[in-house]
Amino acid sequence: MAEPAQESESHGAEDHGHGHDDHHQESWFIHYCWSTDHKMIAMQYMFTGMAMAIIGGFMAYVFRMQLAFPGIEVPGFGQVSPTEYNSLVTNHGAIMIFWVAMPVLIAAFGNYLIPLMLGCDDMVFPRLNRLSYQIFLISAIVLLGSFFVEGGAFGGAWTAYPPLSSKAEYNMTPLGAPLWVIAVGLEFVAFLLGGINFVTTAMNSRAPGMKMFDIPIVIWMIVIASILFMASVGPLIAGAIMLVFDQTAGTGFFDPDKGGDPVLWQHLFWFFGHPEVYVVLLPAVGIVAEIITVFSRKKLFGYKTVIFTALATGLLSFFVWAHHQFISGIDPRMANVFTVTTVLISVPIAEMMFVYIATLYGGSIRLTTPMLWALSFIFAFIIGGVTGIFLGASGSDIYFHDTYFVLAHFHYTFYPIAILSVFAGVTYWYPKMFGTMLNETLGKIHFWLTFIPYNCIFIPLFMLGLGGQHRRIWSYENFPELARPEYYALREFATISLVIMLLAQFIFIFNFFWSLKSGKKAGANPWKACTLEWTTDQTPPGHGNWKELPTCYRGPYEFSVPGREKDYWPQNEPEPEPEPSAS
Amino acid sequence: MGSLIEKYLVSASTYAADIDGVITLIALIVGFWGILAEVVLLGLIIAFREKKGVKAQYITGEEKHQKAWIAYPHYLVLVFDVMIIVAAVQVWYSVKQDLPAADSTVRIIGQQWAWSFVHPGPDGKLDTDDDIATVDELHVTVNKLYHFKLEARDVMHSFSVPVFRLKQDAIPGRVITGWFEATKTGTYDIQCTEMCGIGHGLMPARIIIETPAEHAAWMAKHDKSLAAVTQ
Amino acid sequence: MQRPIATTRSATGIPTGRLAVWWVIASEIVIFGGLLASYLMHRLGHPEFGNYAAYTNTYIGAFNTFVLLTSSLSAVLAHNAAEAKDGVKAAKYLLGTCFGGLVFACVKAYEWNYEISQGFTLTTNAFWSFYYTAAGLHACHVIGGCIIMLILYPDVKKGKELQRVELIGNYWHFVDIVWIFLFPLLYIAK
Repeated sequence: MAEPAQESESHGAEDHGHGHDDHHQESWFIHYCWSTDHKMIAMQYMFTGMAMAIIGGFMAYVFRMQLAFPGIEVPGFGQVSPTEYNSLVTNHGAIMIFWVAMPVLIAAFGNYLIPLMLGCDDMVFPRLNRLSYQIFLISAIVLLGSFFVEGGAFGGAWTAYPPLSSKAEYNMTPLGAPLWVIAVGLEFVAFLLGGINFVTTAMNSRAPGMKMFDIPIVIWMIVIASILFMASVGPLIAGAIMLVFDQTAGTGFFDPDKGGDPVLWQHLFWFFGHPEVYVVLLPAVGIVAEIITVFSRKKLFGYKTVIFTALATGLLSFFVWAHHQFISGIDPRMANVFTVTTVLISVPIAEMMFVYIATLYGGSIRLTTPMLWALSFIFAFIIGGVTGIFLGASGSDIYFHDTYFVLAHFHYTFYPIAILSVFAGVTYWYPKMFGTMLNETLGKIHFWLTFIPYNCIFIPLFMLGLGGQHRRIWSYENFPELARPEYYALREFATISLVIMLLAQFIFIFNFFWSLKSGKKAGANPWKACTLEWTTDQTPPGHGNWKELPTCYRGPYEFSVPGREKDYWPQNEPEPEPEPSAS
Repeated sequence: MGSLIEKYLVSASTYAADIDGVITLIALIVGFWGILAEVVLLGLIIAFREKKGVKAQYITGEEKHQKAWIAYPHYLVLVFDVMIIVAAVQVWYSVKQDLPAADSTVRIIGQQWAWSFVHPGPDGKLDTDDDIATVDELHVTVNKLYHFKLEARDVMHSFSVPVFRLKQDAIPGRVITGWFEATKTGTYDIQCTEMCGIGHGLMPARIIIETPAEHAAWMAKHDKSLAAVTQ
Repeated sequence: MQRPIATTRSATGIPTGRLAVWWVIASEIVIFGGLLASYLMHRLGHPEFGNYAAYTNTYIGAFNTFVLLTSSLSAVLAHNAAEAKDGVKAAKYLLGTCFGGLVFACVKAYEWNYEISQGFTLTTNAFWSFYYTAAGLHACHVIGGCIIMLILYPDVKKGKELQRVELIGNYWHFVDIVWIFLFPLLYIAK
């Protein structure tokens, strides 16, 4: 241990150099674009993700306008052709999952929180971390660039089923389709590199004294998610290589005429695609766990239960993928097996939700903005969870497959994940990230103007799904059963709600930048939380995070411990010497 | 009892009621427990709002009597899961795995971006000279059990008849066999429910369910010269 | 760049670098696993693959297997030397491993050249598509491993960062094992 001591000394020296006046020492470019500091990389991921969210949201606005008012000149876009409609829905899905949920939930929160919550100065491989972001950025540029190539962006749905995706004569996007696959592939590589960094850091670099079960839930979740990602994405990377060869070199991996099998892609895709749901879900429930404990001043009800349910969910998620393919021509007997596994996955996930609800019992609940977001996550996710049963059960999926019921269902899971929990996390850690408090009033207005319209968008879509409305359709004019005026009323209601919700985001953007300048100074621990990130010397933390790295003495959720005056007990506070607190 | 789906869409096949039944069963189960969970959530939020001078309780949730709080609901979930699985698998078996003997067979071909249908002619057999081929219009007789042979010419399509509650993907290079039996006459939508390219949204077809007499009349009207044109 | 204190910690008892390489290998296993599983599914569905495989040259494949195994031995010897803090010797063995990789790549190039001249290209049929894709992906890993070893060479020779000899060795053994799977699947099973 001689080396670290020496290093921490030099680090201390570096720390003085940084802090307040590091802007003068480093060029703008080095500081903001070439940094290896985990906090800066987290910010890069977060702002890239949010920019992509704005783009994805705009796409949703355009195609929802077309659905509610077919043929309309959409303000800010113009008329929507079927080609444009297809590429908009395709890329809305891909962007929201791969370029919003993944970077913000895993990469941004992972990068920001793992070193801070574990009490270390950085990730274990800072340069790998920077490389991971750069690859991610390139992938985003490739994806957005594909809108401007000849033939336009890929429009064969985010699942990219071949032969549609593999042959230009079918998809009519000779450049857009390969670029799309390459962008997704690069994104996978970025997150593989990032995931290796996250898992290694979390396994090896915990603060002295921090035992496995002293790690905050959100870190557990990010690590489990990273492992799930690593274990599931491989076959799809192999599949992406095959698909690009099919597209560009003329091979026939997925072409039945050349001895290939188009259904193979579906297996490779969904073997990744379903664990991917949990890859983004787990960090989200982790964020929610942090927030509901702090704002109900309660210990998490059954800390280990949450971890074991997450592990069980992760494991089960590898055996459910074919529920996306019940009617896709696979052997119908397989559907029975996958129905069982799929419906059983409700057991651990329901248990996790029970834990969260039970945590509220006996609490002292403060409905701050982050808490509202976290509670709304639980509220919405329960709806998302129970509606999933309809789709996991093979018998009812025959009707619901590829209808708006599916769409509404996964927006009741992905929306809480990618939007509600992200807002929860951002509003909760904003004081640590930027040193000022967000405005609470604006925050609450933003919350209600997001959450209520959100439900107003997707509940009508459930109803349309019950009516048999199928997905990815440019216009329902040609389907007499779906062109009924009452269905148009539902579509219009959903679209208007969406516009209101999107407009409400300007409140958040305003609040974000206004509070940066004029917000109340936050102090080190404004929420009176126990975890280590709130104990840094400076807020926001400087390079190296702490002058002297903290030692951990207890679990992360020691709120309202009987016999103590303060209702929180930070992880780094040494045990009081004489008082026997163990009794 | 009218099912949940029938409030939105009539049912017109023998198995539609079974599928609707599973949906209604699941709706009742998850509706009850889902709403209960939401009510408990909201109730706890209201009941345990911050009060001056009242400290939160210290509950670890690791002790046995505390664990029971979530253990029992979670056993309940398991029990209801089993009920749902049994119901779903039964229906799945009868619709997709079982193949009752057919009265007649039609060929359904998906291509970018139209459905073509090949009906057996008056001889009742497919692949004979008197076959009747149509585009975007499938004619079937009510109360007659049909097998369909589903094919795709180019990319994946999915043959969906919402009033039948039937859906099946068509895969290039394969012929997939399934069945349906209509119970109501009328004209209903056929959808393509798998993204199949630019014209995916412009691929509507209609299924026309006729009485035997109407069907015979249609068949008589449809002489072979016309069939040759559409083929 | 300063190495962070985080990197020097080891809560699991496994050095950070070794832990990370194991994770790299784990994620690589699933990539090759996905590819090979796809191949096997095709193979089982298409007995005629055996006829195409008959055109592959088992002797060249066996020779390459021998070359890779030998280079792995050299990697083990490099690791031993590094354990003994003998940087110069470790560097020499690393070069040996690298040479093995180079021979492998050259033989592969000759072999492919011959097969392509016989008309068996990437697009001939599904077997050849898999043959070139799987072996090509593996060859990329061989070449990548060689490049990394050349990058490590100067430091190792000076006796610095000797733990990296073990890390690249672990990676190299993995690449070797992938070939041990590819060889029977693509060459022997006819």
